[in-house]
Amino acid sequence: MQFAKKQEDIHVGIGEYKLARSPGRLVTLGLGSCVGVTLWDPVTKIGGLLHIMLPNSKDFSKINKKEKYADLGIPLMVLDLVKNGASQSRLKAKLVGGAQMFSGVDKKRLFNIGERNIEMSRKILKQMSIHIVSEDVGGNKGRTMYLNLENGEVQVKTLGKSIKVI
Amino acid sequence: MRETGGLSEMQLDALQEISNIGLGHAATALAEMLDSKIGMGVPKSSFVAFDKVIDIIGGYEELVSCVSLQLEGDIKGIVFYIFNEQSTYSLVDMLMGFADGTTNELDELATSTINEIGNILTGSFISAITDFTGLRINPSTPIFAFDMLAAVFTSLVIECGQSEGDNILTIETQLFRDDQKVSGHFFLMSEPESIEKLLLALGIEA
Repeated sequence: MQFAKKQEDIHVGIGEYKLARSPGRLVTLGLGSCVGVTLWDPVTKIGGLLHIMLPNSKDFSKINKKEKYADLGIPLMVLDLVKNGASQSRLKAKLVGGAQMFSGVDKKRLFNIGERNIEMSRKILKQMSIHIVSEDVGGNKGRTMYLNLENGEVQVKTLGKSIKVI
Repeated sequence: MRETGGLSEMQLDALQEISNIGLGHAATALAEMLDSKIGMGVPKSSFVAFDKVIDIIGGYEELVSCVSLQLEGDIKGIVFYIFNEQSTYSLVDMLMGFADGTTNELDELATSTINEIGNILTGSFISAITDFTGLRINPSTPIFAFDMLAAVFTSLVIECGQSEGDNILTIETQLFRDDQKVSGHFFLMSEPESIEKLLLALGIEA
């Protein structure tokens, strides 16, 4: 993974993750049912942001991008952070997203991916003994999230509302 | 050259033609409902990759409305309509017979109007295809969202199990009423086998 040195926002695309060191911010735009997971080490001030699309890679026969799935993407990002000097036991996690964007939804039709993304992310983090310090999840609004690498703060932006810090 | 998503120019033309027919039906249905002349144009259709859809509509955080129906039967997939914020309001004005610029937020009336219109547009599109090809397609009830483009689009394709779909048929459409014009994007996302079935039913070798 590429380390960015410039002090501008580093964009994380759908189904990928990026790491960076303080100062600066990592950002991912427009999370709906997707979940954004940030991990941050307060000592080395290295952090990562992962944009998860799906909960479980085992539901699929062909995996073309591991980062898309909570069960594979989170361990990948943790490994990469540790390789780059973070301590796994110090990592603090924050979760954002996992909304149900659509109204008029027939329960038969949709299988509530947002909720499953949240649950799987929590489960994987727990298995890796990484503490979730805060969350802004569920609901029915799209979210953009920023991780401030200096202090580990996560800003959450929704349309028509003021920015929330978690 | 157009992006054809692995299809020949002729096959894409066939899909564009059936889209024209489908959206023509949709315009007729709308005109009947409103008892007013509604025109519809299809300036452009193409196949685009999943990650390019957002770019062709606007920014990731742009406010858009989206109506979608899931298809079952001979053709499996989803169809959906996306209008940007301004087009959404203009569409409500156009359909409610308000002066352009009257609507500037999405209240309950506007939401149900958009929902209904999306339903009519997509529904007539589908019935045109079934009439024309004899294929059996059962659309679901419509679902609706009004929020950030990226959040709406990715949630839709993921929840419908289409996230591995490489290519999406995108049809830029324009609706006219008197001197009002509204642009939107109509999308058909389907498995390759369903597209083949559709082309075969249209008499085009897959």
